[in-house]
Amino acid sequence: MNRPRRRPHWSRRIGHVLLVLAATAFLTIFLALPLAVVFVEAFRQGLRAYLSAIGQHEALMAIRLTLLVAAISVPLNVVFGVAAAWAMARFEFRGKALLGAFIDLPFSVSPVISGLVYVLLFGAQGWFGRWLELHDVKIIFAIPGLVLATIFITLPFVARELIPLMQSQGSDEEEAARVLGAGGWQMFFRVTLPNIRWALLYGVLLCNARAMGEFGAVSVVSGHIRGLTTTMPLEVEMLYNEYNYVGAFAVATLLALLALATLSIKALLEWRYGDEIAAHAPGGH
Amino acid sequence: MKKFLLMLGLLSALFAAAAPAKDVTLLNVSYDPTRELYRDINAAFVAQWKAQHGDAVTINMSHGGSGKQARSVVDGLPADVVTLALANDIDAVASRGLIAKDWQKRLPDNASPYTSTIVFLVRKGNPKSIKDWPDLIKPNIQVITPNPKTSGGARWNFLAAWGYALKQHGGNETKARAYVQALYQHVPVLDTGARGATNTFAQRGVGDVLVAWESEALLAQRELGKDTFDIVVPSISILAEPPVAVVDKNVDKHDTRAVAEAYVKFLYSPQAQAIEAKNFYRPRLSAVSAQFAAQFPKVNTFTINDVFGDWHQAQAKFFADGAIFDQIGPGH
Repeated sequence: MNRPRRRPHWSRRIGHVLLVLAATAFLTIFLALPLAVVFVEAFRQGLRAYLSAIGQHEALMAIRLTLLVAAISVPLNVVFGVAAAWAMARFEFRGKALLGAFIDLPFSVSPVISGLVYVLLFGAQGWFGRWLELHDVKIIFAIPGLVLATIFITLPFVARELIPLMQSQGSDEEEAARVLGAGGWQMFFRVTLPNIRWALLYGVLLCNARAMGEFGAVSVVSGHIRGLTTTMPLEVEMLYNEYNYVGAFAVATLLALLALATLSIKALLEWRYGDEIAAHAPGGH
Repeated sequence: MKKFLLMLGLLSALFAAAAPAKDVTLLNVSYDPTRELYRDINAAFVAQWKAQHGDAVTINMSHGGSGKQARSVVDGLPADVVTLALANDIDAVASRGLIAKDWQKRLPDNASPYTSTIVFLVRKGNPKSIKDWPDLIKPNIQVITPNPKTSGGARWNFLAAWGYALKQHGGNETKARAYVQALYQHVPVLDTGARGATNTFAQRGVGDVLVAWESEALLAQRELGKDTFDIVVPSISILAEPPVAVVDKNVDKHDTRAVAEAYVKFLYSPQAQAIEAKNFYRPRLSAVSAQFAAQFPKVNTFTINDVFGDWHQAQAKFFADGAIFDQIGPGH
């Protein structure tokens, strides 16, 4: 970086500056301005209106529901993600490519379709509809449906974060642990987990951000019952549709803050533990 | 492992906390623009029920495009009461056995406690001087109306336009079709529900005229300022009858039939009729209508039965898959 360089030709320098300007302008228009609008609109009628909008019963219920859905789906996806990454990184088996494709499926399927699939499976007219009704099990238009849709949408985040890291790390340290007499769980908690912890945290963050922010899939299975099955993104849309702009943007600020917090922690992790996230540096800690 | 169990315990505690309280709960699945109406109605009904029976009733609401809401109830949304935009959507729920087939005869006035009609909302001062249906297809006019496939209001809009053109051309179907086709070529965006269309027009500033429920137009004026929009009443429009019904299968399952039936009957009471009028729905009771006469302009209306037979026929002819809307909608 500090090495003296040959001064580039002036036209290239102008091109360079223009490129930076274009990128900055683009980011301002598409990221910074919308973010600013959210906060400006939320505080348009002052702090008191903002706080009372957030303190509304329905808004609080939406926040609680969002936290509940994330609290169930994120841990499940951590368990699945670690298991899937382990299988993909450590073993050769028939159908490995297929498993990889399945893990990526939620990235390629439209969220609305993901939600609709659950309606077709568990809705009253769906494949399991009659059985569920007979046994009085509610999935669609209730919390289990929201959780299912969220799990589906956020399924790839942890696994995709871990697979490249675990592949590059190889299994030498784990094999050493086994040779020295460690049991399976002992090896996992003493060797594997410490090796992947920062990448895992990174995956959890992304998974959580998406779980709390998901709109499309959740919208299809929610039924939009106010105070019961509306998560924060759905509540934002509803408030907006009720001409309650302060309320809509107030709840939106919470989601924006979540995104900013996620971004900051992500940046921190990348800065502090970048080597362990991108690829394993032997003896790096 | 201990941590895992602890987490499980925590989660189940959260779930237990999320379970509803023990009092009677009704779910009213309604269409898009009735949010303000039912907020007021519910408060009045809850107070009345408490005074008469001493029980606490909680009424939950779900709003969305009328067709979409009917679909959700068919798919298992546990509605005790449906209050939708048009009879055909309740018929769709009834055809799956959730509601008795004769639901429209169980309550007065075709089971529609209030009516509305279709009017135009234009920008203040009516800069494009839109006065009647023919003005909507003049060059450079953008018309906002939602998608008739998902929105009940949009279907009323479509039929109002068709009915106008049919009368204008002495019952000539070809000419009516040509008018409506031209109309949809002026529509830049089809929202899924009436409220979405109102927001597109009012908040996002798209289009020159919003074809809308009268109630929605008056509400937009109240919420967003009289100095922003004018209402234009066309020479002729349709009498829209949004119906209500108790969802038999669900109330029997939830054991809520008594409350649900009292709730839909309450909509016809003088108290509720006044609330409906205040929320810009035209009341059925003549005493209440007289009281709110100044609020509702005189509109020359036809009914769906006058022009189209009934909802079932209109639905099959215009809005079914491959029917007229699919042939002449935007992009044709």
